[in-house]
Amino acid sequence: MNRLRILALLPLCAVLAACDMVVLNPSGDIAAQQRDLLVVSTVLMLLIIVPVMALTLFFAWRYRASNREARYEPDWHHSMRLELVIWSAPLLIIICLGAITWLGTHLLDPYRPLDRIHAGKAVPEQAQPLEVQVVALDWKWLFIYPEQGIATVNELAVPVDRPLSLSITASSVMNSLYIPELAGMIYAMPGMETKLHAVLNRHGESEGFSANYSGAGFSGMRFRLRGLDDGEFANWVESARTAQASLTRETYLELEKPSEKEPVRHFAAVDAQLFDAVLGMCVQPGKMCMHDMMAIDAKGGLGLGGVYNVARSTESRPRAVFGAAHDYVIGMCTAPVSRGEDETAPFARVDRSPLRGAGLTPAVGPASAGLYGVRLKPDLQSDLHADLTVPR
Amino acid sequence: MALDPSSLVDPIFGRLSLDSLPLHEPILVATFAAVAIGGMALLAVVTRQKLWGYLWAEWITSIDHKRIGIMYMILGIVMLLRGFADAIMMRLQQAMAFGGSEGYLNAHHYDQIFTAHGVIMIFFVAMPLVTGLMNYIVPLQIGARDVAFPFLNNFSFWMTTAGAVLVMISLFVGEFARTGWLAYPPLSGIQYSPDVGVDYYIWALQIAGVGTLLSGVNLLATIIKMRAPGMTLMKMPVFTWTALCTNVLIVAAFPVLTAVLVLLSLDRYVGTNFFTSDFGGSPMMYVNLIWIWGHPEVYILILPIFGIFSEVTSTFSGKKLFGYSSMVYATVVITILSYIVWLHHFFTMGSGASVNSFFGITTMIISIPTGAKIFNWLFTMYRGRIRFELPMMWTVAFMLTFVIGGMTGVLLAVPPADFVLHNSLFLVAHFHNVIIGGVVFGLFAGIVYWFPKAFGFRLDPFWGKVSFWCWVVGFYIAFMPLYVLGLMGVTRRLRYFEDPSLQIWFVIAAFGAVLILFGILAFLVQIYVSIRRRHELRDTSGDPWDGRTLEWSTSSPPPAYNFAFTPIIHDGDAWWDMKQRGYQRPQSGFRAILMPRNTGAGFVLAVLCTIFGFAMVWYLWWLAIASFVGIVGYALWHTFNYDREFHLSLDEVVRAENERTQLLAARS
Amino acid sequence: MSHALTDAQAAARDVFHDAHEHDHEAGGSTLLGFWIYLMSDCLIFAVLFATYGVVGGNYAAGPGPKDLFDLSLVAVNTAMLLLSSITYGFAMLASYRKQIGATQLWLAVTGLFGLAFLGIELYEFAHMIHEGATPQRSAFLSAFFTLVGTHGLHVTFGIIWLVTLMIQLGRHGLTRANERRLACLSLFWHFLDVIWIGVFTFVYLMGMLR
Repeated sequence: MNRLRILALLPLCAVLAACDMVVLNPSGDIAAQQRDLLVVSTVLMLLIIVPVMALTLFFAWRYRASNREARYEPDWHHSMRLELVIWSAPLLIIICLGAITWLGTHLLDPYRPLDRIHAGKAVPEQAQPLEVQVVALDWKWLFIYPEQGIATVNELAVPVDRPLSLSITASSVMNSLYIPELAGMIYAMPGMETKLHAVLNRHGESEGFSANYSGAGFSGMRFRLRGLDDGEFANWVESARTAQASLTRETYLELEKPSEKEPVRHFAAVDAQLFDAVLGMCVQPGKMCMHDMMAIDAKGGLGLGGVYNVARSTESRPRAVFGAAHDYVIGMCTAPVSRGEDETAPFARVDRSPLRGAGLTPAVGPASAGLYGVRLKPDLQSDLHADLTVPR
Repeated sequence: MALDPSSLVDPIFGRLSLDSLPLHEPILVATFAAVAIGGMALLAVVTRQKLWGYLWAEWITSIDHKRIGIMYMILGIVMLLRGFADAIMMRLQQAMAFGGSEGYLNAHHYDQIFTAHGVIMIFFVAMPLVTGLMNYIVPLQIGARDVAFPFLNNFSFWMTTAGAVLVMISLFVGEFARTGWLAYPPLSGIQYSPDVGVDYYIWALQIAGVGTLLSGVNLLATIIKMRAPGMTLMKMPVFTWTALCTNVLIVAAFPVLTAVLVLLSLDRYVGTNFFTSDFGGSPMMYVNLIWIWGHPEVYILILPIFGIFSEVTSTFSGKKLFGYSSMVYATVVITILSYIVWLHHFFTMGSGASVNSFFGITTMIISIPTGAKIFNWLFTMYRGRIRFELPMMWTVAFMLTFVIGGMTGVLLAVPPADFVLHNSLFLVAHFHNVIIGGVVFGLFAGIVYWFPKAFGFRLDPFWGKVSFWCWVVGFYIAFMPLYVLGLMGVTRRLRYFEDPSLQIWFVIAAFGAVLILFGILAFLVQIYVSIRRRHELRDTSGDPWDGRTLEWSTSSPPPAYNFAFTPIIHDGDAWWDMKQRGYQRPQSGFRAILMPRNTGAGFVLAVLCTIFGFAMVWYLWWLAIASFVGIVGYALWHTFNYDREFHLSLDEVVRAENERTQLLAARS
Repeated sequence: MSHALTDAQAAARDVFHDAHEHDHEAGGSTLLGFWIYLMSDCLIFAVLFATYGVVGGNYAAGPGPKDLFDLSLVAVNTAMLLLSSITYGFAMLASYRKQIGATQLWLAVTGLFGLAFLGIELYEFAHMIHEGATPQRSAFLSAFFTLVGTHGLHVTFGIIWLVTLMIQLGRHGLTRANERRLACLSLFWHFLDVIWIGVFTFVYLMGMLR
């Protein structure tokens, strides 16, 4: 059987050499480090796997019944020394692997900002990562560039060697953002924000897609990744700015509707609060944002009166057969105030750690995070029920 | 679909209408025609041969653990054909759908297929086969006359079958879930899956889950209470040990599945907000809960298989198992650890680095006892005298294959590596590597090993070898390309592809699947040929492999009461010990034996449950209420039956035992 | 294990079967089996408790525990269930004394307490739903109704079982089988009591403190 397998391996090697194993040869530093870990772990394990396989074959051959020369000890069934070895050999390997895992997991935590561009080049002190907000829609990807004030559908252009900071959410169901050339995947989930820090080191085009099944149009949910140098990126931004459409809440609600195999689209301008609204699941006018709901809940809810601040969506949608007549909680502030001009510049984002999908912490975290990145004043917090309009 | 469903619900037919029949899917219509014709033919044969009475009296109502075990095996093999049909359709689709072609399956159909494949293979193939073997073998191995609750055993089997029936109905009436086998919300919520697919999923699993849970309780009580005198825990055969641990896992894991499915159905039927995104629900809670069941589930499948390999290795090496106690401890450690690793199924959902590392490392720790087990088998072979009969061939193939799957498993437990491999075809290859290379190979080893015990004749070795080679080679050809594709960044559940360079790998994989198909066919041929040649293959000794455990001390097949006298155990390899010490089978002094009476109650209840499930799926409220009242009423009525046992007369015992005496005498 | 076998026999190395065994009545494992089943049921409650723990604070800007719970009502409710457990104990004692009538009487009292418990619980639910605090309003309410309702359903089935058992006692008397059934229902009933203490503490008391 082993001979057969070796024979089968030969042409395999040839084909393997020819194909493009992107996971083993990615263009991004994070993906490359993940690859390294993959290889190191494999080698570590082969240390024990190969001898075991060899021994299996050897024992199977050596102690076959027809071989009367081999020793036969029908009652030999225990050896303390051997038992020690067979428990400790895997243990040692797992200790090594565990240490590597602990370090690697922390170093390559997608939430951790980058400290290097690639091996041998640190991130410059004053460098700001490029912020991109990613929304997984049914069944296409929306990328918002808050600094540049543009947005794209199914196209992610990034400058080479500049750290990226992706904030990721989804509109309806769970997806997973995976760009094999760039970095490992991370889920995109409605009402939750996940983060991905990564950097692309090579110029060129590749693909990203959803790695978690999300419905009928899932297979076509792919986008183009373009690695550009700084000049090209600036040009690309400029060309995006010349696009006809701009991404307002209304256009978003239109875009959000299920569609398949969407062509690349650009938006010249973006509602600055759109991503927060998507994350808070309150793009639709009148809906209460998750952040507000969580802040209110942390204060004990809105009391019995709160049972009435619900409404039925105007769009008809499938509901539970014995369900209630309401679809959403009415927001306390129905007219979100736009940010001032000065605030379109990169701003320090609020820590939404309770929202980031850790899953193990209850959704009610430190409730100080207010609407749109502004912390509520303490006195406002103490009187949330009365006044939840945007503090400003 | 856009309408409020409540306005659509007909008081008599619920959601059911002629449109529910998939008449527009030619594949399904053809399948239905074939199934209908085959079914009619089967019914005709049964009627013609006047077998209904026999089937009812001897099988359907049987509470004999051996008969039930065999029925579990048949269920598993029938469902294997369905699950494999799904598999080969997927392989074909993925090999075809390149360069603008979308293949031959639309999304609606393809997405049901991959969901059904997973659900069927786990719940209705692997589980029944594993449960069937445990049911058949465990009471024999511990020297018991039956399980602790024989009626419950029959009921459990029919509930499992009821779940399978619901899944099969979904093929022809309505549709199955299009969510993937674990049905993550929000996708499986009413808003994104308003049709009946997820409801079929829920009720099929819920009903089958009751069966699994009760059979877990049953076997657990059996192993704890009904061991023959002298069989202390550390003298139990390893298969019984693994069965014990597996049933502990079943009892401790399946309630979680039941509860989480209840919550999902409340969301879907009543509009509660457990897993919705609005109103404070948490879809991630579902993911956590389902994997708290789901991870132990994979050990529920593999632990008894480890037991089978232990028995086989030791028997065919002609040696006592090396490191029995470390084997036992390893099993127990795996049992416990399997509860604290569930998060490794979703490292990529944004847990913190410390949480991920914790679950990654606990996962790796499981490989230590598993590795120890492999070494134990290895050193059982060492200085043995290995007979390469089929079970042993499967075992060696398992040892070589499983370590690869184990290695890729540990690889996936390294969170940063998982970030690039999660949901990829590498993952798909990994779990098929451990499930086929472990569970399936083990089941075949077990089936070939214990078949003569159950039927009194061996399986034909030639066709067994054909099946073996097709399976093993087919497995490698079908799944090694998926490892490669995973490293090429290809993920699972995709229906079509753009990159033409991937196609060759999918074609190779499809070829492997065809080889596996031949493996399955050869297995069926093997059974057919063996039945034809049963007189040549007859085993009159009851111990065709020179076995070591108690089941080999009985006749093949064993009498209904298993043991005329309860055996007394002095050694771990009880039967080996008896043989070594010149044990003489008693030939007189028999007594009438108290036996449980057959009952149709389990079957009736399961039929009512199937109707209830179907009614709930289709919103046939009147039928649901009627069948529910029927279930409760019938169950209560059954409790009024106090006459559940009878004495198997002395004459019958004597006749059965004398027959065996003669058979044994004829041999010598 | 339960075989009538002398130690000397078991120790005899060359005795391989028990030639003098007696019939083993079925049901020797019933209590153990029922206990295992209860543990699995306990896990269902564990999941519901965990769920309540995770989403119990998510009121979706609706009412919270303080707005909804009436502790004095719940205290009465709790008293009903605890008393029913005590009366079940009396039923068991009566059954040990082989007094069928007394056993049935105490079972009836237990059932009445159980019904009172259910009645109060249903009143509480109806009141909440009437006020608009339906299971659909928030994840907290979904989890509350499901956890408490599942317990209530168990009590309902317990009462059905109890009535059935009373009839069976009337018909067959305190046979071995019926004693086993009494003991199983006893386990079940006390188990529900323990679960309720968890509910009372975790949902009601801690809810008011939240």
